[in-house]
Amino acid sequence: MAQELQIVVCAGIVPDPLQTLEPVTGPNGPGLKNEIVLPAVLDPWAACALYEAAQLVAKNPGSKLWLVSLGPKAKLQQVMMTVGQKAAFELVPVDGPIGGFPDAHSTAAALAEAIAALPGLDRERLLLFGGWESATRGAGVTLQLVGERLGISDQFQGVDQITLRDDGSFEVLERVEGGRHQVSVCAGTPAVLGWATGNLAEPRNNPQTGMANMRGIMPALQKAKAVTLAANGLRYVSVNLPKQQRETRIEKNMTADEIARELVEWIGAE
Amino acid sequence: METILVLTHVDETGSALTKASLEAVSAGVELAKQHTAKLTIGVLGAASAEAATVAASAVAATGARLLAISGEGFAQPRYATDAAGCEALCRAAQASIVLAPGSSRFVRVAAGVAHRLGGFLDTHITSLSSNDGVDATRWFYRQRVEATISREARPWFLLLDAGTHAAFEGESGAAQVEAVAVTLPAARTTVEGLRSPMRDAQTIRPNARLLFVAGAGWTKKQPDGQIHVAEAGELILAFLRLSGASLGSSKSLADQKAEGPGEEQSVLPFLTHMNQIGQTGATPRHAKGLSTCCHGEEPHVVGWRFIGERRAISLDPNCGWTRGKADVVYVADAFQVMAKVNSLLEARSS
Repeated sequence: MAQELQIVVCAGIVPDPLQTLEPVTGPNGPGLKNEIVLPAVLDPWAACALYEAAQLVAKNPGSKLWLVSLGPKAKLQQVMMTVGQKAAFELVPVDGPIGGFPDAHSTAAALAEAIAALPGLDRERLLLFGGWESATRGAGVTLQLVGERLGISDQFQGVDQITLRDDGSFEVLERVEGGRHQVSVCAGTPAVLGWATGNLAEPRNNPQTGMANMRGIMPALQKAKAVTLAANGLRYVSVNLPKQQRETRIEKNMTADEIARELVEWIGAE
Repeated sequence: METILVLTHVDETGSALTKASLEAVSAGVELAKQHTAKLTIGVLGAASAEAATVAASAVAATGARLLAISGEGFAQPRYATDAAGCEALCRAAQASIVLAPGSSRFVRVAAGVAHRLGGFLDTHITSLSSNDGVDATRWFYRQRVEATISREARPWFLLLDAGTHAAFEGESGAAQVEAVAVTLPAARTTVEGLRSPMRDAQTIRPNARLLFVAGAGWTKKQPDGQIHVAEAGELILAFLRLSGASLGSSKSLADQKAEGPGEEQSVLPFLTHMNQIGQTGATPRHAKGLSTCCHGEEPHVVGWRFIGERRAISLDPNCGWTRGKADVVYVADAFQVMAKVNSLLEARSS
């Protein structure tokens, strides 16, 4: 039986993973060199959350999907040109700093405030989605804090699957140690789900979806509320790019037998 | 002066602390010594007070104050109950610094607990150091940038990555455990158990010395113009069985689905996204890593940050691994090499 879901996805933007990153320290603390001009993408795990949410909404007529994203307006616009073609959503932009160094607690406060102010949101029916960690800070903290601030006491992290049931309850698979999933059944919304990879491939770009989304995205970006993020006593003692270069020995002329013998010796006794 | 609480939890037996918890205890003992601080250890997750006492006996030698929350409601990891339990332990300990293992159980609740106590949380801590205060080291941007951080605000919660500290070893002794009372909220979530997604074998082995990573090249056309996915699967599984290695995968291989209408399983049926290493996958800790049929580009390699010795087998002499990312790169056919490796390992084991 279809349910009318209200799904809010929190998703930040991150530098394209193929870019070279170089930390620099400015007057406001650490950041990345040329951060504002680095090509950006939607945070990968949060993107999985968005695609899972979009599929749930598509399967449940009458449902609604919001995408709440904190970042500089110009970067958000750039990323949404692509993301907007993959899923239908209402963008709720929050104009703020980019990157992994701002404090997660301040980020969560800004996101929770934006979600709480969403017109038409029924918090009793809310499914709050996001990535279980970001590709910038990678702390796995923000989403839980948003949930806690919104008073949601059913939270799941490292989620790979949600299965809705007819009675409004749902089963969740969460990643736990040793390559296993913990299976839980929640009585119903509201709940927080921090997604890992999920099971869906990245949707293909759909220009029609993109056109429909952009009609709402551009006005939303123009009205985006600006926030500053407090440091909350967080101090960076040092920020470094560790040397990663190894002296690589490249073997082009060894036979398979020779390589196998060398590998077995290297592997040693397990 | 700091007061330190180490939050721990029991393992699946219900009456022993997890290894990651014992690692956090080591970190707490060391930090308390450096700051001449009072140390408290809190135990969560035991179904009964007796089981909690048995679990706490493993850390009785620390001389720390021991607190425990126990009861049927804590026997299963779940946000509502675990958050309430951890909150009660923290309030009882009145600690300024709270250390805990970065286990799935505590990762789920730590941020919420910190918020309830008006504190702040930092996770994935790889080391702690002391000067006038406490400094903690962690990685940003998927293990590409390393930073040392400090906070003035208290309480400060720090989740420690597994494998970054030695597990506490001390003589088990009679533990004087103080039971902490807590009123549990109504649980809307029922934990039904654990499920292993692997069909043939458990291929993720966090304690293995070797990580074996398979890339998408295993499913590409071979010199005879054909693909040999079944053979690839047999070679990989045989190697895992003979070497005891843990299996990792590139995203591109984990993403591939078997052909056929309605087919949802991976092209290699024992492979899931849980095996994925890299930008959107895991960053495991192993002494050695062997990459096969994988390009070794940056999104792959960020998952190799904590792999000690790295070797790769690739047909591409210009692959990413050759650019200073591996110690040794063999330009060779992985099918041939791994068949030989398996033969040698088979002979050795027999």
